[in-house]
Amino acid sequence: MMTPILSVRDLKVHFPVLGGVFSSKIGSVRAVDGVSLDIAPGETLGLVGESGCGKSTLGRAIVRLTDATAGSVSFDGRNITHTGPRGMRPLRKDLQMIFQDPVESLNARHSIREILEEPLIIHGVGNAASRAARVKELLDRVGLPASAQDRYPFEFSGGQRQRVGIARAIALKPKLIVCDEPVSALDVSVQSQVLNLLLELQREMGLSYLFIAHDLAVVKHISDRVAVMYLGKIVEMADAEEVYHRPKHAYTKALLSAIPEPEVNRDKKRILLEGDVPSPIDPPKGSAFGHRIRHHRYEETIGADLSLQELAPGHWVAADPCCLTPEDWALVSKEVPQLV
Amino acid sequence: MSEPLLQVRELITAFDTEAGLVRAVDQVSFEVAKGQTLGIVGESGCGKSVTAMSLIGLLPQPMGKILQGEVLFKGRDLTRLKNSEMRKIRGNEIGVIFQEPMTALNPVHRIGKQIAECFLLHKKVSKKKAWESAIEMLRLVKIPAPELRAMDYPHQLSGGMRQRVVIAMALACRPDLVIADEPTTALDVTVQAQILDLIKRLQGEMGMAVMLITHDLGVIAETCDEVVVMYAGRVVERAPAAELFARPLHAYTRGLLASIPRMDTPRKSILPVIPGMVAALRDFVPGCRFCQRMGRDGATLRERPPFIQVAPGHWVEACPICYAATEL
Ligand SMILES: Nc1ncnc2c1ncn2[C@@H]1O[C@H](COP(=O)(O)OP(=O)(O)OP(=O)(O)O)[C@@H](O)[C@H]1O
Ligand SMILES: Nc1ncnc2c1ncn2[C@@H]1O[C@H](COP(=O)(O)OP(=O)(O)OP(=O)(O)O)[C@@H](O)[C@H]1O
Ligand SMILES: [Mg+2]
Ligand SMILES: [Mg+2]
Repeated sequence: MMTPILSVRDLKVHFPVLGGVFSSKIGSVRAVDGVSLDIAPGETLGLVGESGCGKSTLGRAIVRLTDATAGSVSFDGRNITHTGPRGMRPLRKDLQMIFQDPVESLNARHSIREILEEPLIIHGVGNAASRAARVKELLDRVGLPASAQDRYPFEFSGGQRQRVGIARAIALKPKLIVCDEPVSALDVSVQSQVLNLLLELQREMGLSYLFIAHDLAVVKHISDRVAVMYLGKIVEMADAEEVYHRPKHAYTKALLSAIPEPEVNRDKKRILLEGDVPSPIDPPKGSAFGHRIRHHRYEETIGADLSLQELAPGHWVAADPCCLTPEDWALVSKEVPQLV
Repeated sequence: MSEPLLQVRELITAFDTEAGLVRAVDQVSFEVAKGQTLGIVGESGCGKSVTAMSLIGLLPQPMGKILQGEVLFKGRDLTRLKNSEMRKIRGNEIGVIFQEPMTALNPVHRIGKQIAECFLLHKKVSKKKAWESAIEMLRLVKIPAPELRAMDYPHQLSGGMRQRVVIAMALACRPDLVIADEPTTALDVTVQAQILDLIKRLQGEMGMAVMLITHDLGVIAETCDEVVVMYAGRVVERAPAAELFARPLHAYTRGLLASIPRMDTPRKSILPVIPGMVAALRDFVPGCRFCQRMGRDGATLRERPPFIQVAPGHWVEACPICYAATEL
């Protein structure tokens, strides 16, 4: 792999849980709990996983909108784990984020022109005339009419606002964009336009993406590699085709079976997950997924090292006896398969 | 089809803008029967949310106005109700799940309190009972550690969890109709499968009807009995779900189905898209708006095409160019 544009090592983001009479810390939410990953220039890493498993938090920690509790984040060769807002400012140009909830991320009192011009002004790009031209070009790039620039976010539909968010993110031609569910709010015909747009921008500018989404068909389409996250940890990571055609982890398999297909077929086989989604406040001590499916080998995983192992070239999976087939587990652990 | 619970007839909703009154919803009609699920799909900005808001009296004020039409719910025309009467129906007989959860949640109140509020407001129960019921609802929508989470403020939850809280609020009072605007868009597929399953179960138990707005055609295929396809403020096609997927007739519906990446689409390939873009509201032509998007000019732009029934329950806006009559 080329020198990665992004390197994350054993990253942890924990939030305090306050309670009691004095609002003291009574525990913590282990939103991200030991994540390592690399993204190469021009590469897209897809990130999927259950709601609340820490995808957005991981994305926010990478762009330094959330503080890391432990571990490190290096961007373009620089360790930015503890870089403050001022130190980040020159890097913002290269490191951008598109948010899950466009309402939260666009300033309601600013016109679309002001929203798109702001990053250009902050980074001293061009003069008034060239900025105005750039704003028009950006709107055109994301499929909005030039007349949109004098309007305000509330005048747009959800999907239209998301396109404004994308226009703002690409305004400065960044090197990496963390895309947090960028197309979830879009209807399919616009979704395909936005996906094509992201693919074209990547070809033109050699951009990298961390692409967070829960639509697995979309993630497969846009990603080179895919990471599957479960309760704060990556449990499987491989080439996109590998993950989809030869999933190894039980959670990945369940996830793939739950994809709704756009055709009416009422008796499709589906692995319906039983049990409650585990809580990141008091996570199970051993394999989180093993605990959920009440696997008979769960006890073995308490205190065990469940970190990722390379099962096939480039195919990493958690060394977790609850979540692998006996054959795969034997490969990972070099354990002799037991004849049951 | 049984007796309709909700009948929307010729609804026109407009916004008062600098350019004058512009119609976001232009003569939309559909029905939802008791216990049934109606799906509404369509281009972003085509008026799905505005349609939903019109039904329940939540149009942005003072810009939004219903210019024409009836919304009959259990025989009563909701467009004629006073705000106070509407408030009694909303959250009680009609549950609402909004597209953007943050608009439905109050940032300064604990989520448990916000759900309990529904019980206090509409069912005569004690505060303690309301709080317990709120926790039970959180459990139903699969929020882990619901007793602890009930104490959280909205910003402390993940996007998907917030959405589940909104779903819990909408279902709390066991409404007859749930209007769900992109309810599972923020959720991953496994939780989505669970929530859709929950909605189906409640539907079975209580005969609840659902109006589901989504752009996920997969979700539509798996949950809906009937589908309405909207384009630029109008219904261009309406059919039973299986029929629509097997035999889409309007050019827009076909384009929509073609543009979805599927599991077997070649990776990183450029997807087919519907060319052009939807015109701005104020520029809508009176005739076929999909022809307008395609850059056609001529007769089809001038007059609104008739909405015809081509097979039992299968309706289509019969523009001579966009309606593929040859397929029949
Ligand atoms: N307050 C408003 N003032 C003026 N126009 C508005 C207002 N709210 C919505 N609109 C316009 O009404 C149209 C319909 O919007 P609506 O939110 O119903 O779209 P939608 O179909 O729900 O789209 P999406 O799939 O993106 O949510 C859009 O063109 C939008 O720009
Ligand atoms: N500021 C915060 N304070 C406390 N807890 C937080 C905060 N932000 C996130 N969390 C918690 O961290 C966990 C992970 O949240 P995150 O938003 O990263 O999930 P996600 O994977 O993006 O989920 P979704 O798919 O629903 O968006 C959740 O349990 C959430 O409640
Ligand atoms: Mg998220
Ligand atoms: Mg909408």
